[in-house]
Amino acid sequence: MRNYLAIVERELKSYFSSPIAYVVIGLFLLLSGVFFYLIISNFVQMCMRADMQAQYYRMAPPKLNVNLMAIRPILHNMSLFALFFLPLVTMRLYSDEKRSGTIELLSTSPLTNFQSIFGKFTAGGLLFLIMLASTFIYIILLFIYGNPELGPVLTGYLGLFLLGLSYISFGVFFSTLTDNQIVAAISTVTFILIFWAIGWVSGFVSPAVGKVLSNFSLIEHFDDFAKGVLDTKHIIFYLSFITMGLFLSFVSIESSRWRGR
Amino acid sequence: MIDVKQVTRYFGQVAAVTDISFQVEKGEIIGFLGPNAAGKTTTMRVLTTYLPATSGTATIAGFDVHEQSMEVRKRIGYLPENPPLYQEMRVRDYLNFVAKIKGIESKNMSTAVGEAMEKTAITDVKTRVIKHLSKGYKQRVGLAQAIVHNPEVLVLDEPTVGLDPKQIIEVRELIKGLAGDHTIILSTHILPEVSMTCERVVIIDKGKVVAEDTPENLTKNLSGSQQLTLSIGGPVKEIKENLLKIKGVESVTAKENVNNDSSTLIIESKGKDEIRPIIAKAIVEKGWSLYEMKSRDMSLEDVFLHLTTKEEGPVQ
Repeated sequence: MRNYLAIVERELKSYFSSPIAYVVIGLFLLLSGVFFYLIISNFVQMCMRADMQAQYYRMAPPKLNVNLMAIRPILHNMSLFALFFLPLVTMRLYSDEKRSGTIELLSTSPLTNFQSIFGKFTAGGLLFLIMLASTFIYIILLFIYGNPELGPVLTGYLGLFLLGLSYISFGVFFSTLTDNQIVAAISTVTFILIFWAIGWVSGFVSPAVGKVLSNFSLIEHFDDFAKGVLDTKHIIFYLSFITMGLFLSFVSIESSRWRGR
Repeated sequence: MIDVKQVTRYFGQVAAVTDISFQVEKGEIIGFLGPNAAGKTTTMRVLTTYLPATSGTATIAGFDVHEQSMEVRKRIGYLPENPPLYQEMRVRDYLNFVAKIKGIESKNMSTAVGEAMEKTAITDVKTRVIKHLSKGYKQRVGLAQAIVHNPEVLVLDEPTVGLDPKQIIEVRELIKGLAGDHTIILSTHILPEVSMTCERVVIIDKGKVVAEDTPENLTKNLSGSQQLTLSIGGPVKEIKENLLKIKGVESVTAKENVNNDSSTLIIESKGKDEIRPIIAKAIVEKGWSLYEMKSRDMSLEDVFLHLTTKEEGPVQ
């Protein structure tokens, strides 16, 4: 446990003592902010148009759902930004250790590979948590000027967090494969994008295969969270995905020890 | 303390080390000597549990490096060829981190880190960021990292490589100072380093142990093939032929000013018998004049070259 905490602490410190954390958090906030502005402006415009129409037809103004029409697209957008940001967070976790030779320190110290993998994964997860928490400012604005439901916001964020952890666990895995950070990042993005889009294939194949494939899709499991539905099936999917990534990292590190690279 | 038995390690089809065996007693400093790519680093990596051996066993303090690797790791300090430093960390933070993952209790941590910095004389740079340190300081931080948990065994892979002469001396002194409390294995391809710091030498070449002894014994034993330098007056060709007839003489080479008045000959002989009186007698009996006869002990350098190049014939 102490070893694990030591790794988490070191990785977090190293994120924050280099520009990585500030750049990633800052740009993530900026990008989310821009899209927040666009989506909210669009939503406000739609509300006004609906109001005008209602007046024209002399009807009661319709109630437009801010959760459905604004927060959900915002969360979806953030899940896409995370896809490009998180590999940049995870790419150095092992690649850097391999390149600089510090991996020799880790693997000759009395700490297990699992402790170090899980420590690095946790550090990435915490950084993502900070990224997510900072975007809460936007949601708070909505609560000040509107009356969204809190439930779907929270489940949405939970889903986003689980989705992000899935990216991170595979980010760790690809980072164990190479000592080149760019290679690690680009492979992670590619891999996740494939699992992101795999559901779309279902339209072109037989229904049975399609159903299986769309169940593998990272983003389709996210939909229910964004709608405010908390289904254990989706939670279990993400947890298995995360476990898979961590397990593969473990195998990769053990095998590179045997291969001696 | 350290017991290596027939360790073999393959990388794919290539054997990096084959059948390496040696022992190190508690408190000893042992030098691991070999040309580049001889298998020094591989052996050290097997000892430090970084690499599993393909076959053979190694134990440290009675624990098998493969089966009980966690126990071994608690007892070793390892300085790889490139010190494993996190460049963006400050020296003290880095050592604190190492102390933590080496399993030092929080209450003993500041003492342990303080002592390690004291011993390696880096206390004055403890708040500096590692990447801004000079190579010599980095190496010392690397050493501090290896000794922070006061391990029984220290494994140092080329600890003086890339340092300037003054730093080399400092690091050597440092290593000597650590002996006694720690059992030390030190690899190097620099020969004087071994005779200066180590009590015993294991010479390794092409993945095999070719010799193992104290530096003195190694030079003495190989001086069994001793070299004599003769200054002699007489017909060189004839002298050569005559000397070669003497039992034990391997080769006679003439060196510079070859004339009948005085020429320098170098005689190499095998065997431990003293041949100097025999040679002197042979020369005097023939009526040539003997001006000088010097025996030259082989330096460790000669031993090393002799051992690591013997398959390819004489040294150029």
